[in-house]
Amino acid sequence: MNFDFSEDQKMLKEQVSKFLSDNCSLDVARDILESDKTYSEEVWRGLVDLGLTGTAIPEEYGGLGLGALELCVVAEELGRAAAPVPFSSSVYLGTEAIVKYGTDSQKEKWLPKLAVGELISTFALPETNSEPTEKNIKTTFSNGKINGRKIPVADGSYADIAIVVVKNKDDGHIALAIADLTSKNVKRNQISTLDPSRDHADVIFENSDAELMDTGDEGWGAIENILNYAAVLMAFEQIGGAEASLNMAKEYALDRYAFGRQIGSYQAIKHKLADMYVKIELARSNSYYGAMMLNDGGADLKIAAAASRVAATDAYNFAAQESIQTHGGIGFTWEADTQFFYRRSQVLGLALGSSITWKNKLVNQLEEKNIS
Amino acid sequence: MDFNDTKEEADFREEVKLWLKENASKGEKVGGRYDAIDVQEDALSRARDWQAKKAEAGYAAITWPKEFGGLGGTAIQSVIYSQEEAKYNVPTGFFEIGLGMCIPTMMAWATKEQNERFVKPALYGEEVWCQLFSEPSAGSDVAGVRTKAEKDGDDWIINGQKVWTSGAHFSDFGIIVVRTDPNVAKHKGLSFFFLDMKSEGIEVKPIRQLSGGANFNEVFFTDVRVPDTQRLGDVGQGWKVALTTLMNERLAIGVPKSADYSSLTRAAKEVDLNDQPAIKNDLVRSKIADWYIQAEGLKYTKMRTLTALSKGETPGPESSIGKIVSAPKMQDLASFAMDLQGAAGIINDSEIALLHSIFQSQWLSAAGYRIAGGTDEILRNIVAERVLGLPQDVRVDKSVPFNELPSGR
Repeated sequence: MNFDFSEDQKMLKEQVSKFLSDNCSLDVARDILESDKTYSEEVWRGLVDLGLTGTAIPEEYGGLGLGALELCVVAEELGRAAAPVPFSSSVYLGTEAIVKYGTDSQKEKWLPKLAVGELISTFALPETNSEPTEKNIKTTFSNGKINGRKIPVADGSYADIAIVVVKNKDDGHIALAIADLTSKNVKRNQISTLDPSRDHADVIFENSDAELMDTGDEGWGAIENILNYAAVLMAFEQIGGAEASLNMAKEYALDRYAFGRQIGSYQAIKHKLADMYVKIELARSNSYYGAMMLNDGGADLKIAAAASRVAATDAYNFAAQESIQTHGGIGFTWEADTQFFYRRSQVLGLALGSSITWKNKLVNQLEEKNIS
Repeated sequence: MDFNDTKEEADFREEVKLWLKENASKGEKVGGRYDAIDVQEDALSRARDWQAKKAEAGYAAITWPKEFGGLGGTAIQSVIYSQEEAKYNVPTGFFEIGLGMCIPTMMAWATKEQNERFVKPALYGEEVWCQLFSEPSAGSDVAGVRTKAEKDGDDWIINGQKVWTSGAHFSDFGIIVVRTDPNVAKHKGLSFFFLDMKSEGIEVKPIRQLSGGANFNEVFFTDVRVPDTQRLGDVGQGWKVALTTLMNERLAIGVPKSADYSSLTRAAKEVDLNDQPAIKNDLVRSKIADWYIQAEGLKYTKMRTLTALSKGETPGPESSIGKIVSAPKMQDLASFAMDLQGAAGIINDSEIALLHSIFQSQWLSAAGYRIAGGTDEILRNIVAERVLGLPQDVRVDKSVPFNELPSGR
């Protein structure tokens, strides 16, 4: 029985944790929130210098050639720090999409640059107010050009390239295309979102140059694969954020006195914090299994990814909102740091699709496995 | 990451498998799947036979030291044995409290001679033990017991009442916490004894539960004489001894295997909602997913605990979430499954009701599991205080003599 991360992976976690606590306090997120900056270039540069952007890129393309488990421990620490960097967009999604579905020449062209942080990538999927599906994708690819609108695109205001989910006009199938976002045929505008410490854009492609990737005959299945992979990593990021929220609430409950005693001695507060802890542990255990399936390319990845995602979203949303509740009035102020987790919990919880969607995927798998 | 045994674990598992194959029966299990185990002389006698066989082979108490008849093995070996034993229909339910709580307390506090006398017969299933802690006015606040013991020469005379005593009706011995000094504060006036359940003056009355079963008892003590030599720990030290027992309680009390997301999925395929199978309904799907992540979350939490044990480490506090999650899940899931059945959800006749009324029976018994072995509320206090380090609630009874405390009915 070895259902745990290895000593090396735990050391990596420590290393990332130390880097972030030295360089990425919540003041860094506040700086992005309150300024026109789109992300923290200093923190991003530090992560690149640690080699983290190349964690799961094969060595032949300039990466470290490590696996998904290493990314899981990094993700958790990024979540804990509410780091204002494009790691999820560029690493869990963009880079991984190229590793999985890039042609050899695309891998040679893009992966070495992504590994050393010379370029930042993102993943462009949603288009409307409805959840994206195989049927409602309207952005098209034809003759090396894409047309359509993607919104919201995480880190889309400044990312260099995007992996765009398109409908291939030649065969009517869903496909992936790599687009250069800096081209003049791409219009992009930063949009106002719940979490200004993470940039999001409205991106319009008008006959923009793009290159089709090699999804074979997977079609929408390729999108699902990319989302499943990212869902597990995102779950670890959510768990990190949820734990940070719980810790803030706990510290406050120990410091704050009301009616002559610490508010943490009242059962109404204790039970709330115990419930946060329970949800976090359930999310962590589900996500460990998700990590194990990622690493092994396990047959259970689909259901494990959905379970990780649903549990982690529930844990983070609950912890972030109840942390503010525990803080009382001060927790609702601009000055308080509780807001970073409250904002980030929704952004992470919706980024890859809603809980309703992932719960449906989970039950689809149960039905497929004929679990009853 | 993997769920594989180490070489040593695999070897042990093989040894256990071989032994079980030769010795365990695959015959009918005592009691139905959703029934409580009723006390039948027949069932107890089969359980005794099986326990003796296990004890002879060293598997009855794998982690106990050899001097007490154990195997001197590791916690993970104990888990491996249980996993393999669970594949057989062996009789269980009679010795868990004795071997899980009472005898470990004896081993920590009784004399060498007493342990020589009592440990082995318990291990071999010859003598059954029960735990006499809770009282009508001391439940979650178990240190508030009122059953009193008064010194009389070399003996103590016990008078009072215990309640929720599992298995008292078939037990030979019991451990009991009693009040020996009502003039000092609550925790300070307690003492701890073990006693013969066949002593004169003990009357055991089964309690019929809401679910119809009767696993618990009221136990009345009228001038029951217990020799001072059966006191464990000093006079007034009873709470400290009781904590030894309570530390072991979480190992002995759990929630039984119950209808889970898979049964709910099956039910949702069989019943219709708005003229199509309920499983097609997004609300139903959402609920199934919620309980799936709870059930699987607990399953993999256990794997994390086992990993720690396998490495010879102390498991983390995450193992404390089990009953907080599983007991309400039993109740909520059953309630939802009944809701899916419309008016028919009230039918508790296993011949007529959906899936042989598993949800109805589960709903009835779940109300008890949210209370037994620590209520939902007490378990949350424990997580908050011991895991998260939050302060205890204000204790108004801490420095007041016990007999000056206000009491309700």
